[in-house]
Amino acid sequence: MASLDLTQTAGRRRARVIKFAISIGTFLAIVATTYLGLLAVTFFIGRVIPIDPVLSIVGDRAPASTIARVRQELGLNEPLYTQFYIYVSKVLQGDFGTSVLTTNPVMTDIRRVFPATMELATLGTIIGSLIGVPLGVLAAVKRGSFIDQTVRVIGLFGYSVPIFWLGLIALLIFYARLGWTAGPGRIDVVFEYTFTPITGFYIIDAIMQRQWDALRNILSHIILPACLLGYYSLAYVSRMTRSFMLNELEQEYVVAARAKGLSESRIIWRHALRNAAVPLVTVIALSYAGLLEGSVLTETVFAWPGLGQYITNSLQNADMNAVLGGTIIIGSVFIALNLVSDLLYRTLDPRTRAR
Amino acid sequence: MMMNLGRFRILAAGAAISAIMAVTGPAWTATPQDTLVIAFAFDDIITLDPAESFELSTGEILGNSYDRLVRLDINDTSNVTKDIAESWTVSEDGLTYTFKIKPDLKFASGNPVTAEDVAFSIQRAVKLDKSPVFILTQFGITADNVEEKAKATDPSTFVLTLDQPYAPSFVLNCLTADVASVVDKKLVLENVVDNDYGNAWLKTHYAGSGPMKIRDWRANEILVLERNDNYHGEKAKLVRVIYRHVKESATQRLLLEKGDVDVARNLEPGDLDAVSKEDSISLTNAPKGTIYYFSLNQKNETLAKPEVREALKYLVDYEAIGATLIKGIGTLHQTFLPKGVLGELDEMPYKLDVNKAKELLEKAGLKDGFSVTMDVRNNQPVTGIAESVQQTFAKAGVKLEIIPGDGKQTLTKYRARNHDMYIGQWGMDYWDPHSNADTFSSNPDNKDGASSTTLAWRNSWDIPELTKETRAAVLERDTAKRIEMYHDLQKKVLETGPYVILFQQTEVAGVRGNVENYRLGPSFSTNYVYTVSKK
Amino acid sequence: MSETAETSPQTLRDWLLSERPQSRMQARLGRFYMIWRRFTANKLAVVGLVIILALLFVAAFADLLAPYSPTVGDLRTTRLLPPGGEFLLGTDDQGRDILSRLIYGSRLTLYVVLLVAIIAAPIGLLVGTVAGYAGGWVDAVLMRITDIFLAFPKLILALAFVAALGPGIENAVIAIAITSWPPYARMARAETLTVRNSDYIAAVQLMGASPTRIVVRHIMPLCLSSLIVRVTLDMAGIILTAAGLGFLGLGAQPPLPEWGAMIASGRRFILDQWWVAAMPGLAILIVSLGFNLLGDGLRDALDPRGSNQ
Repeated sequence: MASLDLTQTAGRRRARVIKFAISIGTFLAIVATTYLGLLAVTFFIGRVIPIDPVLSIVGDRAPASTIARVRQELGLNEPLYTQFYIYVSKVLQGDFGTSVLTTNPVMTDIRRVFPATMELATLGTIIGSLIGVPLGVLAAVKRGSFIDQTVRVIGLFGYSVPIFWLGLIALLIFYARLGWTAGPGRIDVVFEYTFTPITGFYIIDAIMQRQWDALRNILSHIILPACLLGYYSLAYVSRMTRSFMLNELEQEYVVAARAKGLSESRIIWRHALRNAAVPLVTVIALSYAGLLEGSVLTETVFAWPGLGQYITNSLQNADMNAVLGGTIIIGSVFIALNLVSDLLYRTLDPRTRAR
Repeated sequence: MMMNLGRFRILAAGAAISAIMAVTGPAWTATPQDTLVIAFAFDDIITLDPAESFELSTGEILGNSYDRLVRLDINDTSNVTKDIAESWTVSEDGLTYTFKIKPDLKFASGNPVTAEDVAFSIQRAVKLDKSPVFILTQFGITADNVEEKAKATDPSTFVLTLDQPYAPSFVLNCLTADVASVVDKKLVLENVVDNDYGNAWLKTHYAGSGPMKIRDWRANEILVLERNDNYHGEKAKLVRVIYRHVKESATQRLLLEKGDVDVARNLEPGDLDAVSKEDSISLTNAPKGTIYYFSLNQKNETLAKPEVREALKYLVDYEAIGATLIKGIGTLHQTFLPKGVLGELDEMPYKLDVNKAKELLEKAGLKDGFSVTMDVRNNQPVTGIAESVQQTFAKAGVKLEIIPGDGKQTLTKYRARNHDMYIGQWGMDYWDPHSNADTFSSNPDNKDGASSTTLAWRNSWDIPELTKETRAAVLERDTAKRIEMYHDLQKKVLETGPYVILFQQTEVAGVRGNVENYRLGPSFSTNYVYTVSKK
Repeated sequence: MSETAETSPQTLRDWLLSERPQSRMQARLGRFYMIWRRFTANKLAVVGLVIILALLFVAAFADLLAPYSPTVGDLRTTRLLPPGGEFLLGTDDQGRDILSRLIYGSRLTLYVVLLVAIIAAPIGLLVGTVAGYAGGWVDAVLMRITDIFLAFPKLILALAFVAALGPGIENAVIAIAITSWPPYARMARAETLTVRNSDYIAAVQLMGASPTRIVVRHIMPLCLSSLIVRVTLDMAGIILTAAGLGFLGLGAQPPLPEWGAMIASGRRFILDQWWVAAMPGLAILIVSLGFNLLGDGLRDALDPRGSNQ
């Protein structure tokens, strides 16, 4: 009887493992097809853009023979599907090719520019969440009040303002007129010689090297664009926090807690917010992904040497290896963040876990 | 409720800490005393190999870091001066040029500079076959014969043999080009990969003997030059020059005003005005060899009519454009040779004259005007000029549709001859009238897919007579006669050509007061920074 | 003062709010009235509605309202004049009146927004409902395609499309539409899944309706109200994306007074002639805010349960 029971559980366990393996398998297949689609769309757009990539390499004045030779070297005479096949097989080996504009391997470039974007987006998300969550909670607690309306308008404003325009105006006021912050770029030229990036996250690098002057300079450069992105994320986060909190405050446990005589602030911050935290993490992750993308315009305004600028610049020069590499990176982050938030949701939320 | 507000305040304060940290005491350090910091839009740099580079910004970098046999004389641009060549002779028949190299020169690496390095540099450029190679191959030099045609007969003698007796001014002018820069043979050979003549390495490294060394280049970010202590001439006064990539004129202006940079290079008219009012900043400028024009594709039947070509030349408000859109960054100019080049003709017959244009259009049977498109790069000043032209064209009933695109896109279309009109600029490839004549007034083969893509070809302007005349001018060894021939060519192109030439670029830089001796040269390769000092 | 005049509004209101409507029409009108009452109770939503109505008015009567031509200016005399006096909002670098350009630009903004909505919403609706109703491999394929487009950075994809199609307002519209349908598809699919197995649909199936008919006549209408809310809320985003494209030089062709392109060209003068860039930015801000307020209010009004959220 006992042994039978054992084999039964073993069988059940095996079935569960198989089921798990299958779900992992389908999941990987889904990710793979998404990637392949991403690659294909970008690749083919890149090839139909009416810009001659050879022109970016040899310039306008090159003799016809040089142009023909370079075209041959780039494999541009091959049929499109052959080019695509070659590209994909190279990417699978981790080779994104070489950028025409910077002459570096695309991976090297991305390793350089991506931290700049990440640093900005991370700081933006931190600012956005630190202000957005309390605002959202406040709005939910004082639902329908003047505060609630104000928070709503602040949020809608964030949704409505062209971020590049706000950036320009902010630069005009805080840099040009008031001189409170530093201008475009990540760091003053003065430090270019004394400050060596290690991780590419300048704030971390400066702290690691204990270069406090540099750190101050870096902060004064990053503060404006980060606040802008932060505002963007604040708009989203505060709104979502409000709705999650409203949901929680209606729950029975809140009523019960009130009945037990717990202080209102304890109920709100300790209980309701903690329960709302799970969906909030998802929201913050999504807004983070949004900021990575939204940085395209911000980076243009603030001359921020990040991924967004890298991609736009490459696109305008038909530097397709660079565009593809950059798009794949951003696409990957999107997919990854979606996954992570999905997983978090599943593991943290008691309701979904129960199911 | 009070409690939770208090909590909120703490959180808000926490978020604001970083803001306060940045805001309190922004210590603006001036640029270091031994360093010149230049704000410059150098996103065109894609290689630092002199045999490959053909971009304007790279020209400036290579001009400061590589020596050549001869250099353009910046005091008299119709002439050349010695660089590493001590002297030279031209044979009777005009085919053989013999250069004597100055003794005891050293590359930055410490290797000696010899005639062998010069020969190697020319051979390397020809064999690499990159964009600027035609400047050398137009003398009948090919990858197969270059080792014979360009060779060192002894360590201090370099001999160049041509296929035809070209005008000596033409040959020497071509040798001032970046492609004729002298590279360190030994160093380059150490870095050859897959028989690439060291091209992959030299794209991002340095192997020259000029006044400055290239220390570091990060595309679209920064480029650092350092003093070369092995330089044969007067050594640079500053230890280093940092170019910082800044695209926007307004940003450059702010950086300059705040002293974050010493020199701003891409200021636009409005910002130039503002900067010129500051006491601590002065402006310096120099006319450059770049011509802005718009052209009329002769494949378009309407634009092919001579009256239409002439009428459109009267439908541009040159004066207003000169007084506003290009104020300070260009001077009105209508012939295809820029000022300062041998044989330039200073004539400006066209001005805005709507009635005259209407008469001409009526003569062409286009009383009610016509519609036409223009491909325009979406940057300034061309977009502004195109919009102004659009308005003046409309006065005579010509409806102009502007098709914006980024630079590479409009250029691709232009080179495929798919445009009606194209507005753009043409910069001299080397400082000789032939550089522009060869493109504005020469079209050896007007067929689609022809190997030579001169501007005349791009606009399908079939001109066998002018092509012959252009050829004759480059072979004319009597300089006075040669000048005469270029005058004639310019007149003919001015009257009948499918180009409406607008202005010649002036390069302007805003310079802070403590910078001394900052001068812009006539060409990009002569924008020397090594002569600069700071007080 | 007749008695009917006094009582009729009362009765109309009662009629609309009747708990036992006599006809379908009465029920429908009654529902709309409820929605309208909820909508107007929200002051901000009314502000949004007023902004959008004003936009429509300005766009319709641009010819009458604009004091000057939006495309012709005088380079010599009226370049970069500050706001006030003859030119209320100043002039730009071609000497054109900014106010007139903004007024005419409202047409472009509306054109872009409506066209994108007309293209993207039906595509999303179709893909989502078909995927949701059909299930199986159709669902898998359609949702994979949707995921691929969702995984893309939106602005970069739009940029790439515009670069491929060539700049111009129509191409910008197509590019934005291509990038904005996936969320609608996702939403429509989710809604379809909730109703697919309902008794109501089962009944229609039993009556022998074809799948096409079921999707078009019975499922799509159910998704409409949330779709409309979502599209209204997205309109601000569409305006911002269009402006972003214009800002990067890939939107409208000059001399069209597209607001984003106006910011881009005014950007060069931001230090001394701030109004050239500031005015179109304000215009974008106001109109997007209008759409957001309107959409927000609509959502609350259409879905009272959801407004708690």
